[in-house]
Amino acid sequence: MNPDKQTFTLDGKTIPFCNGQTIIQAAMDAGEYIPHLCFNPEFKPHGSCKLCTVKADGRTTASCTQFAQDGMVVESNTKEINDERRVLLQMLFVEGNHFCPSCEKSGNCQLQATAYELNMMSPHFDQFFPDRPLDASHPEYFLDLNRCILCSLCVRASRDVDGKNVFALSGRGIKSHVIVNAQSGQLGDTDFAGDDKAAQVCPVGVILKKRVGFSVPIGKRSFDEQPISATPHPVVKEA
Amino acid sequence: MTIQTRSHAGYLDPILVKHQHNPNNLLQILIEAQQHYGHIHTDAIAHLSEQLQFPRSKIEGVVGFYSFLYLKPQGEYRVLFSDNITDRMLGNMDLMERMCAQLWVESGKVSEDGLLSINTTSCTGMCDQGPALLVNNIAINHLSPERVNAISELIRERVPVSSWPAEFFAIQDNIRRKDILLDSHFQPGSALSVLFRSGAQRGLDEIKASRLRGRGGAGFSTGMKWEFCRDAVGDAHYVVCNADEGEPGTFKDRVLLNGYADMVFEGMTACARIIGAKKGFLYLRGEYVYLREHLQAVLQRRRQQSLLGQCILGNDDFSFDIEIHLGAGAYICGEESALIESLEGKRGTPRNRPPFPVTNGYLDQPTVVNNVETFAAASLILLNDGAWYAGIGTATSSGTKILSVSGDCQRPGLYEYPFGVTVAEVLEDCGARNTQAVQISGPSGMCISQAEFGRRIAFDDIPTAGAFMIFDQRRDMFEVARNFVRFFAHESCGFCTPCRVGTSLLSNMMDKLANGHGSPYDFSEIEKLNVILQSTSHCGLGHSACNPVLDTIKKFRSAYEKRMIHEDFVPAFDLDFALTQARQMTGRDDSSAHLERLNEPR
Ligand SMILES: Cc1cc2nc3c(=O)[nH]c(=O)nc-3n(C[C@H](O)[C@H](O)[C@H](O)COP(=O)(O)O)c2cc1C
Ligand code: SF4
Ligand code: SF4
Ligand code: FES
Repeated sequence: MNPDKQTFTLDGKTIPFCNGQTIIQAAMDAGEYIPHLCFNPEFKPHGSCKLCTVKADGRTTASCTQFAQDGMVVESNTKEINDERRVLLQMLFVEGNHFCPSCEKSGNCQLQATAYELNMMSPHFDQFFPDRPLDASHPEYFLDLNRCILCSLCVRASRDVDGKNVFALSGRGIKSHVIVNAQSGQLGDTDFAGDDKAAQVCPVGVILKKRVGFSVPIGKRSFDEQPISATPHPVVKEA
Repeated sequence: MTIQTRSHAGYLDPILVKHQHNPNNLLQILIEAQQHYGHIHTDAIAHLSEQLQFPRSKIEGVVGFYSFLYLKPQGEYRVLFSDNITDRMLGNMDLMERMCAQLWVESGKVSEDGLLSINTTSCTGMCDQGPALLVNNIAINHLSPERVNAISELIRERVPVSSWPAEFFAIQDNIRRKDILLDSHFQPGSALSVLFRSGAQRGLDEIKASRLRGRGGAGFSTGMKWEFCRDAVGDAHYVVCNADEGEPGTFKDRVLLNGYADMVFEGMTACARIIGAKKGFLYLRGEYVYLREHLQAVLQRRRQQSLLGQCILGNDDFSFDIEIHLGAGAYICGEESALIESLEGKRGTPRNRPPFPVTNGYLDQPTVVNNVETFAAASLILLNDGAWYAGIGTATSSGTKILSVSGDCQRPGLYEYPFGVTVAEVLEDCGARNTQAVQISGPSGMCISQAEFGRRIAFDDIPTAGAFMIFDQRRDMFEVARNFVRFFAHESCGFCTPCRVGTSLLSNMMDKLANGHGSPYDFSEIEKLNVILQSTSHCGLGHSACNPVLDTIKKFRSAYEKRMIHEDFVPAFDLDFALTQARQMTGRDDSSAHLERLNEPR
């Protein structure tokens, strides 16, 4: 078997892949979109948001962690799977406090863009309205954990790229939350810096730069111009 | 070293030395460190971070994960009432209220003088002798109003727990039916002697011939697991005994560890010989910490008997030892990959699988994880032989299974049966009358109604990890399901979206029905959540979280129909209830302080 010639099909399209690639990695390389939130091609897959759920040879699995196999038949853009994804999105919306019209990330937010992509019309479930803090202690950045979807990209970026461990997860279950590496619990008391990778990876509006709000007007932002499915990841206009 | 951290060095440094300053032992370090203040002091974290050269954020993340580790000061006396459905049926809530009233404290809070806190905790594994509680992590069972009065008095008088009457801490084995395993009169070393005579390959062949399947729930072939692990390449191999026993209604591993520890340790040692391991762990749930001293003594005796340690029974090429690691209140750590994360000192989040522990387990090395009962059965098989064992039970399920029987029956306790026993036979033996339902294998398992009592305990009919909770006609099966759903929501690790949010949504929905806001619409919502949880969850906890509700809707629909008082959708939000706080603050409760009940059934 020629390892370069391995392929699987994604909704009928033939997708080539190399050994060790997961389904979503190969699909992205081939320019195909599978909805995702905790996956970012620059990082080791995490497999927690489950937005990237597909059916691989009939088995439901997360495509960001499932390795591609030769001859595999993958279904992604089906009504059944998109219905499930929409419910997962609704869960993420009600779990946190997402008031898109007043959020600086609006238009650049992957959660919002994915919700548009999947025609999510309402959050459906009762809101949890959690009590989450806002941390403005850092001179350049603030943290608004109301919008955190627990994708752990900031954790991975700070640990694996910046070598800092500024962010970590604490709590359990519905009480899971992001914490920062300081005895005071304040971002301003960590060694977080604006040029950290962790400052750039948040798919939603938690880790935001101060004093640049709305410099790109709403309506002209990444996902205002084209849907997330047509936007090669992770090019998001810097504010 | 700063001034703040220096005051903690005194008690922390010896703990750090004992654990070789190894962050892989972080959970064990934290459990021991907490003994000092009753919580992990923020300056203690700073000291640990400095000494272990390990980020503070990660240490806090670990503390935050486990129910029995605390970042904030707790009461000097931490009282946790076990809140399994069996405890509820025995009146635990009244007893808790009683204690709260006697000691002037609200459940879930620390008393103003810092003397105590009272709260609930997931099933403590004492269902045959409940209602049960833990005081500073030590189990007290057979609670009665009198016993609660006495405990309140001891707390009020500030008597140290170590001086409380010994009978409070008595724990019974309650073995009611013995079969080949519980009646084996096992002699330490006997199975290992056979193994050394016949050789490791022959030993593995016997395990395979016995067709032994894992007793922790999933029922994977033990022989195959050991063989895969033996054949996996690695720097070291490990044997892990899963004594997390967190599934509500299960308590047989507790009894095995109390009375049959040699069989368990010998099974682990035999496994080590077969797969080529030098080190093993027993992961003991925090609720069973009272067993640790006894288990340490058994391990020590086995070392003296040359059944552990260097050159076991004179074999120059075989050394193996076992370490006990404690859990700290997290059901998910029973899932094998989460257990391994926890053994490595981390948050107990299930890993992505594959790869499985047999190739990439503890420290990424080939690891066998088996249940307590599986290892005990392995000893029995090696001592006798595989064919003998395979001849007992049924075609798919060889040998015997130990059931933890609790709930509405005269003789709760342990019952060992050959596989294939019917539910009806067990009910007869334990003296159950007017039985409405049996929950088999805990909340993750199946709810069996009367029509199905002829079904059999076996992997191809009713598989079980051991729990057998009985509900008679008086019980409200809706409340049973609601208790289980709350359990899953409390124990979800929070890693994946469907389970983290879905179990809480489900629990809220059950509360909505209980509060009289149910309509048929809610059935379809529950069904929808079930589909998502089953298909997209990351691990078995999420997959099975809807089982209790679906089973009871199917089999005990009338319990739900009572709650479906509305024909059409009604919101869960209760406007009048939302005014409760305002009423409390103003001290009013007259009729004009209440809204007309908008959601009153028509
Ligand atoms: C949520 C969850 C909790 C579990 N809890 C336990 C447990 O407490 N004890 C146990 O032996 N197995 C438990 N298991 C099963 C283990 O993952 C694993 O299959 C078992 O320890 C393997 O041992 P066995 O083959 O001897 O059964 C649990 C699984 C899941 C998904
Ligand atoms: S802060 Fe942002 S990047 Fe970090 S976990 Fe939350 S959503 Fe993900
Ligand atoms: S299913 Fe639940 S317990 Fe399992 S990984 Fe997901 S959140 Fe954690
Ligand atoms: S993108 Fe795959 S689980 Fe989040």
